[in-house]
Amino acid sequence: MTAFIEKLRRPARETSASGVERTPSPFWVMVQKEFGDHIRSWRFVILLAIVTLACAGSIYASITALKNGQSTEGGTDTSFLFLKMFTESDGSLPNFLTFLSFLAPLIGIAIGFDSVNSERNKGTLSRIMSQPVYRDDFLNAKFVAGLLLIAVVVFALGFLVMGMGLFTIGYPPTPEEFWRVFVTLIITTIYVGLWLNLALLFSVRFRQSATSALSGIAVWIFFLVFYGMIVNLIGNVTAPSDPSNAAAVINQQDWLMLLNRISPAYLFQEAASTLLLPDTRTLNPFITQDQAYLAINAPLSFGQSLLLVWPQVVAIIAETALSFAASYVAFMRQEIRSRS
Amino acid sequence: MEQAVIELNGLTKRYGEFTAVSGLNLSIRAGEIFGLLGPNGAGKTTTILMMLGLTEPSAGTATVCGIDATRNPMQVKRRVGYMPDDVGFYEDRTGLDNLVYTARLNRIPAKEARVRAEQMLEKVGLSEAAHKKTGAYSRGMRQRLGLADVLIKQPEVIILDEPTLGIDPEGVRELLTLIRDLSRNEGLTVLLSSHHLHQVQQICDRVGLFVGGKLIASGDLDALSRELDGGPTRLVEADIRGWTPELTDAIAAIEHVSGVTSGDADALDNAAAGDAGSVTVRVAGTADFTPQLASVIVGSGAELLGLRPMRYGLDEIYHRYFEGGDSRDRVH
Repeated sequence: MTAFIEKLRRPARETSASGVERTPSPFWVMVQKEFGDHIRSWRFVILLAIVTLACAGSIYASITALKNGQSTEGGTDTSFLFLKMFTESDGSLPNFLTFLSFLAPLIGIAIGFDSVNSERNKGTLSRIMSQPVYRDDFLNAKFVAGLLLIAVVVFALGFLVMGMGLFTIGYPPTPEEFWRVFVTLIITTIYVGLWLNLALLFSVRFRQSATSALSGIAVWIFFLVFYGMIVNLIGNVTAPSDPSNAAAVINQQDWLMLLNRISPAYLFQEAASTLLLPDTRTLNPFITQDQAYLAINAPLSFGQSLLLVWPQVVAIIAETALSFAASYVAFMRQEIRSRS
Repeated sequence: MEQAVIELNGLTKRYGEFTAVSGLNLSIRAGEIFGLLGPNGAGKTTTILMMLGLTEPSAGTATVCGIDATRNPMQVKRRVGYMPDDVGFYEDRTGLDNLVYTARLNRIPAKEARVRAEQMLEKVGLSEAAHKKTGAYSRGMRQRLGLADVLIKQPEVIILDEPTLGIDPEGVRELLTLIRDLSRNEGLTVLLSSHHLHQVQQICDRVGLFVGGKLIASGDLDALSRELDGGPTRLVEADIRGWTPELTDAIAAIEHVSGVTSGDADALDNAAAGDAGSVTVRVAGTADFTPQLASVIVGSGAELLGLRPMRYGLDEIYHRYFEGGDSRDRVH
């Protein structure tokens, strides 16, 4: 009897000990393959080159600025000098943060825009779907692989900038500064993930990858360039007729703020700059004289900064989840036929 | 009768107003090669998708290996290999990589997947191209790789959607031989859809004729031709020189003969005969009448140049079905 049990156990143990590692679920196999495909693709290399160049340029600009001592005017001296690397610029090039918020969406779009429709057009989708895999695993794998890659890229860039900064200014970061950068990078990853999801949605929706790429880029440009303009326009139109009516003005500004905060780019800008500029004490454009006067002129602690941007972070995550849900629903309802 | 491997009951699929498949009943036995035959847009692919649980039927059930395909598509997909028409591969990966990927999606451990993939490539004759990127594969190679891809999970049933589409005749012959051997040697049940009749005819045990979402006839060739409005089962073609109208009557008077047509022979055949005065006559009948036919022709003084008993081919059956029918609507 014991021998029999032993016999039963052995294959089970073999599969559980080494087998788990060797036969991962189809989901992880797909993630692995997607990840590999991305890394090997030319598109990724080009993208990485652009982003790296931009980062290197911005670092150069910020270091020149720091060396010239432009930043010490604010009176904060060397406090958070390390963080200034990410936000300062000598004016020749935008700073790191601006570059990141401008170019990061491009990474997401470039990774996601043809992920579903190209498989459909190549006829691989129906072949994969006829394997014993869940249909949603396919989309999830696309998302997870893309997000993993984005995380790797964003963190690699962030740490690269930190390292280069350390090397050139020779001023080590405090743990707080490190965590601020770290959390900013996490938020950046989520933000790029949002664009990845939008691109995924377009790739599910549009059969032609060119169409989905264009729509992705259109949305990107819309939010980065035009959205602010449109909100300003709305602001001008809806400005209260009586400028002395404080309540009306504040009400209108609140509305504009809300409108602005629909844009993920704006949310990200707010969240990231608050984290990287500890002096930011509030994101509300309206503070009373008393508030401004009585507020201690000191940087916020890390926890407080995080608390300040928490709504922004949640909003970005919510928008990400929303666009993923949309692509999920669209994908699950689509019929999978070969090349159609 | 053996247990049916694929059992379709009243399977129906509607797209809005349009009915792609309507009330399909079909059962396919184990080890059989079944040909699903029909013009484009007849609903063949939709039927196949429903068998795999990739599309939900509007009504009816599809049971594969005793499993309801709509409810448990995962279990069905584990046992059924499906090759879509115009199968695609990841073009920047090698053929071997593509197969290993499929195998791993079927939870085959990486090492074994590689071994199996190599075996499969050997089987379909692609060993030399194993390390070539599939983007460089020819159409025929892609189809063979598709077959390997289907077989690597060691399925009980394989479903091939238009496997011979777009390959040259020699490639078709090889592919079909391969499919038949697989079915015979490994007891695989094969369902293949096609609109190439003579190809299906070569390897299928049974065929189902599929038009406008309905299965209008199914069975082996004899059964099929019998099912067709009691159509003739024998067809003899005769090349005759010195044709006279009286001969027509004489031939028509032979026992079992049900119809005589003349003059509609292929121009190509006539040219091959190399004889301007000869006429090709097609005689249809319900039982064997060839000896009588020969003696009647010779007895009438005409010269009998050739006498060919014809199998009543699928082409004929197909043609009879579609002439006058409104089955030409293309769906996709």
